Amino acid sequence: MSDRIRNAFAKARRRGRAARIFYMPGGFPDRAASDTLLDILADEGADILELGMPFSDPIADGPVIQAAGQRALAAGATLRSVLEQGRRLRERHPELGLVLFSYANPIYSYGPEALCRDAAAAGFDALLLTDVPHEEEAEFRRPAEAAGLDWIPLVSPATDPDRAALLTAGCTGFVYVITVRGITGERTGLPAGLGERLAALRRVTGLPLAAGFGIADRAAADAVAEHADGYIVGSAAVRAADAGPDALRAFLRGFR
Amino acid sequence: MSTHYGIYGGQYVPETLMPVLREIETAYREALADPGFVAEYESLLRDYVGRESPLCPARRLSAALGGADIYLKREDLNHTGAHKVNNVIGQILLAKRMGKTRVIAETGAGMHGVATATVAALMGMPCTVYQGAVDVRRQAPNADRMRALGAEIVAVESGSQTLKDAMNEAIREWVATAENTFYVIGTVAGPAPYPEMVRTFQSVIGRETRRQMLDRCGALPDTVVACVGGGSNAMGMFAAFLDDRDVRLVGVEAGGEGLETGRHAASINGGRPGILHGCRTRLLQTPDGQVLEAYSVSAGLDYPGVGPEHSFLADAGRVTYAVCNDRDAIRAFDALCRYEGIIPALESSHALAEAIRLAPAMPKGSRLVVCLSGRGDKDMGNVADWKARHPDYRFEPLEKGSRHV
Repeated sequence: MSDRIRNAFAKARRRGRAARIFYMPGGFPDRAASDTLLDILADEGADILELGMPFSDPIADGPVIQAAGQRALAAGATLRSVLEQGRRLRERHPELGLVLFSYANPIYSYGPEALCRDAAAAGFDALLLTDVPHEEEAEFRRPAEAAGLDWIPLVSPATDPDRAALLTAGCTGFVYVITVRGITGERTGLPAGLGERLAALRRVTGLPLAAGFGIADRAAADAVAEHADGYIVGSAAVRAADAGPDALRAFLRGFR
Repeated sequence: MSTHYGIYGGQYVPETLMPVLREIETAYREALADPGFVAEYESLLRDYVGRESPLCPARRLSAALGGADIYLKREDLNHTGAHKVNNVIGQILLAKRMGKTRVIAETGAGMHGVATATVAALMGMPCTVYQGAVDVRRQAPNADRMRALGAEIVAVESGSQTLKDAMNEAIREWVATAENTFYVIGTVAGPAPYPEMVRTFQSVIGRETRRQMLDRCGALPDTVVACVGGGSNAMGMFAAFLDDRDVRLVGVEAGGEGLETGRHAASINGGRPGILHGCRTRLLQTPDGQVLEAYSVSAGLDYPGVGPEHSFLADAGRVTYAVCNDRDAIRAFDALCRYEGIIPALESSHALAEAIRLAPAMPKGSRLVVCLSGRGDKDMGNVADWKARHPDYRFEPLEKGSRHV
């Protein structure tokens, strides 16, 4: 179980705000520039960073993250290079919560046990696999927990409370609450009923709840923060990063 | 229910789809147990598709080769020209039963897209077909057919712009719209229960073939051959014979320009286990677990994965999986045209090539069945293009006992 993830939520709570979580694919737009962007994310207020392993067939992602992942792969990103990025990031940012975010196949191909060991050694705190539901999680979750990584469960609007209890049972870290039925990408406004959903989730788990998918700006983040312990910004951050370090810095300052 | 075939299969999908898969599985089990559903499915296969399809002796081809008597299971004579429609009718009937108001499908060459557009029109349901932008251009006649049938085509511009990307995009749409939309998957892949469901709706091929052989010859076939891309015609054919241990089952993968060139679609012979589109199966991929583009002269076999049950049957040794390259498939295409007056799909030509290779070595009077999964009208341009790129190719008549192919 990761102290850094727990501390990130505790620190945000003490300051009366939600934890700020950002997603960025590793190796985007290329290896050298990617390290700079990740440093900016950590320096400009990310409490937790979801470092993505790009995949050739990202079925849960919208066009912005798809395109960024394909560019990273074309520039040579591999699971090994993303782990190395994590290691460098950890050296410079000892308190940052660091989640390895991936689809199943790169992890399966590497070998889940070796991967979890190497990720923990590199300084990652948690593992999140977007296409591995509860029914298939054992071969990934067991080695993750054995290596001391939090296993981050995802719940969606389609998940009923009984199932949410099943998904979050025994988990450490936080719950990734998907706000909408659909894929990643910026949206305007928040789905109706998010507050009620989060309240229902609190009845089945004591873990911090972080909401993601469609949160594009400060206004959306603030609206989420009324109900959630954290918010996750993906596509909008990737789009800002695509415009360069200065644009990313300006974008992040909007959330501080 | 078992969602796995040994280490293969499973449900590797985003959480949002898990309740959807459970809903489909429940509805599917109830439908199969409902005589009304089964009767409606069977009457559509008879009256609309034109089943049963003939089991046709290939007399001149068999005589030219010597050895086994070759029989063709004529799925090419189905309405829409291929086996795909068997499965689509089953799935769209299920969609209606579940109260879904719209269907979506992925397609590569366009045959599954045409079948889905066709049955959607018959049932009065809106239909959207996802097809890679490259395939929309390569397979223009099928895109025209789908539009004529009232379907909307979405040309997928992401990734390699072919079948796997079309499936990615269909899944993305499904995640967002599953409350009212049914995803009609075209092959025995995807998350459970799709591999089992598609096999069930295609198993009419094998059931008919088994009975037709017994009626005609009083005996089962010695060997049954079918092509394998995702593997739905093969699974539908093999299902009836899996327990007949004396019947040799042979799946044929697309060898493209040869396994050694890396330009092929042979997931079983040239891949290793991986996770794509909701299931674990044998997969063409890089050492880092990134999925590779498949290649074959036949667009319908051009998929980097394969149905998980095929991966299982390969490991178990129950089915042998051969590889046929582009050139041998073209030669088999020409052979069936000239010797039997049947223009086969290039997909089916891969199975024919393996039959032509196996038959001469089999005893006289033995029986070899080939699943002729589709007709080849759609491929005339592809065959002409291939021949133009390979001016050294010339079809030579088969001689008795010859091993031309």
